[in-house]
Amino acid sequence: MNARRVRRRVVNGMMTGLVGVLSFLAVLALVLILGNLVVKGGSSLDWNFFVKNPVPAGESGGGVANAIVGTGIIVGLACLIGLPVGIGAGLYLAEFGSGRLGWIVRFVADVLNGTPSIVVGIFAWTWLVKPMGHFSALAGSVALAILMVPMLARTTEEMVRLVPHSLREAALALGYPRWRTSLRIVARTALAGIVTSSLVGVARIAGGLVLLLAVAARSAIRQGPPHGAAR
Amino acid sequence: MTALPIEPVPAPEPRWRALRGVNAGDRIYRGTLTVLAVTLPLLLLALVGELVASAWPAIRRFGPHFLWTSVWDPVAGVFGAAPMIFGTIASSLLALVIAVPLSLGVAIFLTEFAPKRVRQPIAFLVELLAAIPSVVYGLWGVFVLIPFLRAQVVPPLRAVLGWTPFFDGVFYGNSLLAGGVILAIMIVPYIAAVSREVLLAVPGSQREAALGMGATRWEAVWTAVVPYGRAGLIGAIILGLGRALGETMAVTMLIGNRHDIGLSVLQPAYTMAAAIANEFSEATTNLYLSALFEVGLLLFVITVVVNALARLLIWQVARGTAVGSRAL
Repeated sequence: MNARRVRRRVVNGMMTGLVGVLSFLAVLALVLILGNLVVKGGSSLDWNFFVKNPVPAGESGGGVANAIVGTGIIVGLACLIGLPVGIGAGLYLAEFGSGRLGWIVRFVADVLNGTPSIVVGIFAWTWLVKPMGHFSALAGSVALAILMVPMLARTTEEMVRLVPHSLREAALALGYPRWRTSLRIVARTALAGIVTSSLVGVARIAGGLVLLLAVAARSAIRQGPPHGAAR
Repeated sequence: MTALPIEPVPAPEPRWRALRGVNAGDRIYRGTLTVLAVTLPLLLLALVGELVASAWPAIRRFGPHFLWTSVWDPVAGVFGAAPMIFGTIASSLLALVIAVPLSLGVAIFLTEFAPKRVRQPIAFLVELLAAIPSVVYGLWGVFVLIPFLRAQVVPPLRAVLGWTPFFDGVFYGNSLLAGGVILAIMIVPYIAAVSREVLLAVPGSQREAALGMGATRWEAVWTAVVPYGRAGLIGAIILGLGRALGETMAVTMLIGNRHDIGLSVLQPAYTMAAAIANEFSEATTNLYLSALFEVGLLLFVITVVVNALARLLIWQVARGTAVGSRAL
């Protein structure tokens, strides 16, 4: 009996230690990667890096100003397309999403959320780049918007659901129509959360831009200098 | 006293319309939101349709042989995707083998054992791993991970397991192993975040019941909490698998990109996503391009099935919630 108790306590202690060590390892990976990035890359980060264009290989100096501006344009356009659709779909799910259509939209959003960005990349290529004949910031933005919408829809829904019911009831009791209640009271209360999660999502998706360029290079090489190409 | 003539009371204005909230603004609002919401399913249909249409020449030409032949010869116009399918699945499974214990450990530690004060910060740090762009992982893998594997990991592995076919051949760096390890690091935050939310959704009474019967804390976790959330945890793992299958950039940089099927994890391999990223811009014939689209279609179908399965499992534990969608 006693030996058994000891064994149980030992197992308890060992497993507690084990899951602690595993967590430590996961955090260690982050520290190693970020640390390496800062140590190796930190030295070449200065003002010029942000405001100058790249120079031909071999020359020293230069920066990535064009790449930063290009990224900004593509991401900005993507937000213009993706934010209304994503937030609108999220509001639908939160306000009217209890029926069959709501279930379908929710499920599709979750499935699309896991779609590899390379697949969306080639889809955007057939849809926009091929018909237009060249890669453009617009094609990149549409692809990013496609990646953004499902994530936005789900997080918006989650944020809107967190708004206390009493707020909505108070507004309705004062004679507000439902749409104004939804937009002016509920959505506005959830706004901070929606903005935060949108920013996180946009940051994550902007990192996937590289893939689009791998796909976009195709048209740049084969169709001569692209108009309005972005980096 | 004269009886007052009873005046008929005028029928009240029909208020039910107003009470049901059927006014023009509401209808427009609902209509607009419905249209926006319906774009999602339409988008899915458009994706499938466009991919099938673009892949059609290859589908018609090679039929199901595309799936199990392994010749990939753009010059001769013969395409078989078996090596990529094999490489995609092998690297993802390898990643799962490494990532599952790690991320379940993180999730259990954060929900059950860690002191309250450090829970939020550690969870945040682990989720931060998901915010690092894929290319950065790739670079880190090339400059740090591969040298580390070559110097510290592979020699002892071979000393112990060198006789198995899994550790055969010379290790040059870019290999299934390197790709699998980087994938593992990349999917840990997803699996950990979702399983943490699943474990948080397990009612406290489950723990209390186990502890009340004299279980140690670990026994409470292992016999009460984990079984309760089992479906959700499996869902979290499958979600991680979906991520690993579609991951492109880092794997392309590390896996070696060789059209070959081999059992050894020390040898280069290829994945479907890597093939599209590498070859899409140099596909010169329509058939070649179409074959790549078929690879993309396959990848899409696989990830859709995997994700749908994961969602259904997670919804069993945390019904209808957007568990993990913030981290994803």
